Amino acid sequence: MNSIWTIARKELSDSLRNRWLVAIALVFAVLALGIAWFGAAASGQVGYASTPATIASLASLGIFLIPLIALLLAYDAIVGEEEGGTLLLLMTYPLSRGQLLFGKFLGHGLTLAFATMIGFGVAGIAIALLVEDVAVGALAAAMFRFIVSTILLGWGFIALAYMISVRVSEKPVAAGLALGIWFFFVLVFDLMLLGILVASEGKLSPELLPWLLMLNPTDIYRLLNIVAFGEGAQLSGVLSLGADLPIGPAGMWFALVLWFVIPLTGAWALFRRRRI
Amino acid sequence: MSCFRLENVSYRYDKTLVLNGVDLRLEPGEILGLFGHNGAGKTTSIKLILGLMTPTQGTVSVLDGAAGDPHVSQHIGYLPENVMFYPQLTGREILNHFARLKGASLKQVPVLLEQVGLGDAMKARVKTYSKGMRQRLGLAQALLGKPKLLMLDEPTVGLDPVATADLYRLLRKLRDEGTGIVLCSHVLPGVEPYIDRAAILTDGALKAVGDLVSLRRQANMSVTLSIEPANGSSALEKVIEASSAGNGLMIKKDNGRLQVDVRPSEKMALIQDLLNSGEVQDLGIHQPTLEDVYVHFIGSGGLAHRGGAQ
Repeated sequence: MNSIWTIARKELSDSLRNRWLVAIALVFAVLALGIAWFGAAASGQVGYASTPATIASLASLGIFLIPLIALLLAYDAIVGEEEGGTLLLLMTYPLSRGQLLFGKFLGHGLTLAFATMIGFGVAGIAIALLVEDVAVGALAAAMFRFIVSTILLGWGFIALAYMISVRVSEKPVAAGLALGIWFFFVLVFDLMLLGILVASEGKLSPELLPWLLMLNPTDIYRLLNIVAFGEGAQLSGVLSLGADLPIGPAGMWFALVLWFVIPLTGAWALFRRRRI
Repeated sequence: MSCFRLENVSYRYDKTLVLNGVDLRLEPGEILGLFGHNGAGKTTSIKLILGLMTPTQGTVSVLDGAAGDPHVSQHIGYLPENVMFYPQLTGREILNHFARLKGASLKQVPVLLEQVGLGDAMKARVKTYSKGMRQRLGLAQALLGKPKLLMLDEPTVGLDPVATADLYRLLRKLRDEGTGIVLCSHVLPGVEPYIDRAAILTDGALKAVGDLVSLRRQANMSVTLSIEPANGSSALEKVIEASSAGNGLMIKKDNGRLQVDVRPSEKMALIQDLLNSGEVQDLGIHQPTLEDVYVHFIGSGGLAHRGGAQ
């Protein structure tokens, strides 16, 4: 446990030193405030529209940004150590591969969690203070849900980045593959699902289709943040499949947790087999 | 307690046999030089002892435990070849990090940095370090926690002559305090005075092991006598030819001096005859160096191996 914390602590202090943490928090805060104030600009007015609309827009933008940040933060976790010659050295220390990997995860995970809490937290407080007739309770609940799910989504992509980082032996390859992962889950997956939906002309089992959404953490994330607002929530595109899902928010939270636990376990298994 | 013991160790990487039946041990208070051409199996041997890999065959025991066991690794210091460390951190921060991982006291960090000559640079980021400074940081890293077994891979790369001498002095001190040290190097004349034993690897097999005297004996290489004649070289040549050992000796004239290559077993007899004859003004004896012995053991094919991968 001690060595895990030593590794995590170095990652945390690295991200403070290279301003990653501050930069991510700043991006999140600006994004949230921007959307809160100008989210309704399309309908010809400036100002806070409503909490559900703000969270929905944030979640829609979040699925582009959060996976990207998480992948960037984590793609060189192991391969970067190898290129610097420190992986070989670390493995001669009383430190197992699992401890190194979980230490890195703790460090990167906390970096992302702190940045998310600070960035969106500040934005939430600003909205509560500056918007006059906002229901603070509902806003706090929605923001809390949004922040926790954002952290879980980020952890999922950190773990996915590790699966690459423990396999490849060059940093540029890891970066390329990480972009591939982002491209697949953020852009390609929904299009594919839509394509399947249209091409199958309703022949596919209607019970099975909604479950396909669970194969993409970004879809779970969006569903969680939109469905939570109840019947009035507007689900567009493939997300409308989510309305037929037999599992409630608890199931979706569980799925989002699985989305970081399974890739992290996979990365660990792959790392144990790596030749050093 | 041995520092490490390799017994009949073989290692196969894919289908190539990288190590073949190696027996080698190191006792505390001993400096072992590990030599061999590129791809001879030095790195593999080191990795096996460090527990980074497990042997295909044979047993590896380190400090009376299993290689790679955390309780064992805690007492091993290792300086890898070419380690870059973390460029954004200072020397002191890096050493603190590694000391925490090793469970060593943080108090020794500034002491060690001072000891390797980085006292003034410990607050500078490592990206500003020269190669020699990084090497010294690596050395300080290897010394964390007062290891019982120290493995150094090319420790003198990038070090200036003064720093190199300092390093060897430090290694001697550690050896005298009971540390077992493995030195891998290609700079044979540099390490020759400091090693207690040498192990020579070629193509994954241990060709020879022992101290320099016994290696010379095993190699049975000629000793070169350089003789300055007292009364002209022809008289001296007669003495040499008449000597009991005089059969088939090489005689070379070299600005007045004679050079004679003699088998080690016949050396003393010849020297006695020479001294008795009174024809000798001055006598020099040149034993084969570590480099000569090394070249002898890896054979003339040695150069062809140089291109091999590590």
